[in-house]
Amino acid sequence: MEQLELAEVVERYLTAEMGPEEQLAFEEMRKNNPELDQTVVEYHYFLEQMGRYGEIRRFKSNLYDTHHTMQESGEIKELQLTTGTRIVNMWNKYRRVVAVAASIAGITALFISGMMTIFTPKTPFRDIEELRRKVSNLEKQSSNQRAEFNKFRTKIAPGSDVKFGGTSFMIDPKGYLVTSAHVLKGAKKIYVQSIQGEDFLAEIVHQDANADIAVIKINDQDFQSPKQLPYGFTRLQTDLSEAVYTLGYPKDEIVYNEGYLSARTGLEGDTMSCQITISANPGNSGGPVFNKNGEVIGILNARQASANGVVFATKSKNIFQLVETLKEADKDINIKLRNTSSIKGINRTQQVKKVQDHVYMVKVVLG
Amino acid sequence: MAITEQELELFKAIGNNDKGAIETVYKENYSLIQHFVINNNGTEDDARDIFQEAMMVLYEKSRLPEFELTCQIRTYLYSVCRRLWLKKLQHSRRIETQVENFDRIVQVEDDIEEHDKLSLQYQTMRTAMGKIGEPCKSLIEAFYVHRKNMLEIASFFGYTNADNAKNQKYKCLVRLKKLFFAQYKNA
Repeated sequence: MEQLELAEVVERYLTAEMGPEEQLAFEEMRKNNPELDQTVVEYHYFLEQMGRYGEIRRFKSNLYDTHHTMQESGEIKELQLTTGTRIVNMWNKYRRVVAVAASIAGITALFISGMMTIFTPKTPFRDIEELRRKVSNLEKQSSNQRAEFNKFRTKIAPGSDVKFGGTSFMIDPKGYLVTSAHVLKGAKKIYVQSIQGEDFLAEIVHQDANADIAVIKINDQDFQSPKQLPYGFTRLQTDLSEAVYTLGYPKDEIVYNEGYLSARTGLEGDTMSCQITISANPGNSGGPVFNKNGEVIGILNARQASANGVVFATKSKNIFQLVETLKEADKDINIKLRNTSSIKGINRTQQVKKVQDHVYMVKVVLG
Repeated sequence: MAITEQELELFKAIGNNDKGAIETVYKENYSLIQHFVINNNGTEDDARDIFQEAMMVLYEKSRLPEFELTCQIRTYLYSVCRRLWLKKLQHSRRIETQVENFDRIVQVEDDIEEHDKLSLQYQTMRTAMGKIGEPCKSLIEAFYVHRKNMLEIASFFGYTNADNAKNQKYKCLVRLKKLFFAQYKNA
């Protein structure tokens, strides 16, 4: 309790809210009590930092808003390259060197193989043929294997207790996905299934039960990371009544649904989430909520049992925060959230076509 | 080139976090930086990040009473962006670090070094804020970032009166201070 009072007194002192008499008395106390003096010095530094933090945050938010407004009004356009990139330049520069090197290598190889034919003792033809057959046998075998492989046989061991948890979607092409934390409850192993039906093994990177967000990473050699995600993420507040849509796996197949933002806060005024009127079912949890520009505005996480169509979504602001904390905690985690959507301005059907490849079903194997 | 009165006023307004000034500077300079970054192996997102970081440097300088702007804002911003982008390229060692020039440049090494120091301090506070949890985080942000008064905060967070909210704020502040200095010693 004493700590609290001290905090208050020191803050009043530092922000010069004290009356002159009180201030004098306080300064006298400071002189006689080195411990108090130390605390004041600490608070002074801390509050200064706090003030600066607030100022920078305000400035940054102004920058962000300006950028966004200019993007919306078309004053900032995506730029086409006017000159070749440096890598292309290097290729142009060294093309001749590469060509000379390649031809020397080629000539040398021809020469050596010529020498080999001349100097190696003749071997019976049959040996060579046999060898060839073996190779083609091998080839046949491996192509069979490939065919099998292409059928995407499920990797989940038969007989394990699988729960079709929910939905997740990619936030970084390196295989990072987000979903709702509650989807992963009790998970021993996690698999995510792509729209093509292929299973990938994934592991939990971080979960935050409070915000109901979890980050998972696909850890599977069969996974091929996409070049870039078509959608971006927005930190901005979505306006009331703005149209939104979601993709998810309430059944074995991907399902599209659309609705609108009905309130800026979630259940009982929760500011971390917002309320959406949309038809959603169990299994939609963890799915992305997109606005008309194809930007992620949140993650679906719950619906109100007592009301029809009322669904809550965790705002994407929380994804940004989580990612930032993760990056600070572990330097190896390099997640970059896109701010711009490349599907902005194209019609909904085309947007969905591009987006659906990055929305995965979450299957949870219970321990 | 002489710096006009107007330019100096604009520079000052940036330090006061004036939204109109930010917009003006953004409109006049963004496309230059965008061209520069994208033509030197950057993406749209890189261009935005670099430009906004340079704006932060400009903001910090503008708040220093002893700093004197000796070139046009455009030249200053471009020089900072160029330096920052070179650093980033060197850091990722993607390619040879030689970039095309788009404009004249001034020396900004020291300014950027100072900026790095300040961002480290900012990061320290941000990490502490990230660890404090709700509702403390929102409450402190409401007061120190969004500059709401205690009455507004009380009604927003559902406290019965401003004194209760104030009490809660101090509780949070004491906790945050501990986290901050723990972080500070680690850094």
